[in-house]
Amino acid sequence: MNALRRFGTFWWDFVVGDDWRIAVGVLVALGGSAALATTDEPAWWLLPLAVALLLYVSLLRDAR
Amino acid sequence: MTAVFLVASAFLASAVEMVEALTIVLAVGVTRDWRSSLSGVGAATVALAAIVAALGPALTLVPINSLRLVVGALLLVFGLQWLRKAILRASGYKALHDEEEAFAHEVAEARAARGERRAGLDWYAFTIAFKGVLLEGLEVAFIVLTFGSTQGSIPLAAAGAGGAVVLVAAVGVFVRHPLARVPENTLKYAVGTMLTTFGIFWAAEGTGAHWPGGDASLPAVLAFVLLTSLAFVSILRRRRRLVLA
Repeated sequence: MNALRRFGTFWWDFVVGDDWRIAVGVLVALGGSAALATTDEPAWWLLPLAVALLLYVSLLRDAR
Repeated sequence: MTAVFLVASAFLASAVEMVEALTIVLAVGVTRDWRSSLSGVGAATVALAAIVAALGPALTLVPINSLRLVVGALLLVFGLQWLRKAILRASGYKALHDEEEAFAHEVAEARAARGERRAGLDWYAFTIAFKGVLLEGLEVAFIVLTFGSTQGSIPLAAAGAGGAVVLVAAVGVFVRHPLARVPENTLKYAVGTMLTTFGIFWAAEGTGAHWPGGDASLPAVLAFVLLTSLAFVSILRRRRRLVLA
């Protein structure tokens, strides 16, 4: 069990790192982009905008 | 154009990780035993090659849009970690990575560790060199596999990474000292920017979005990520000055 937990923790730290909110925000943004892509509206702009917002919020949190 | 970005990203990411691995290997090699630490490097290299050889062909079987979505999402989360830390370092909120300091720390730990021999090797030197190269190399393997499979060219990404490994190893053998003069923090900033750019580009395509101009919009995405991050560095620097004043 310990080995399994260490394995999980390693991959979590490796990919997600110390701010899980970014990972959650990316998933939400991907959902939004997928939903927008099913309409006639262009969807390419959503992800860059979401990334800028996520980064800003995360950095402000770190800078406090 | 995409191929150039692909090779450059794999090269830069690999160079950064290999500089860190070199510091660890040099520290245990100088302090403990070169044969044991180089055996650790060899074992880790074989393990990394096995990971790439096993996962590489498997990834090419996944449909390209699903692959782009999953890989893009992973690269985006992973790249934002690098970029966030790079912005914090550039704005003074996080200490700059210092290879001289890391080397001194590793040397002190290697001197303090007990001597234990297994299979004719200094076990401490072997395991520290093995872990160092494996863990730093895993990030390189991750980038090579994700970039290469999504772009349909793992060999091209592997060539970029391999070039950096050879270059850093050759310089390491020549100077026998941690590569403190390599602008590591700037390289990390560049890698974070590129990982985030590719993450945005592929993840958006994976969700079904179409970029205006197709692949030609990649430099525009790169410019957006770079300018946005530089604006954040400027905002945070100003904020820090106000707090310290």
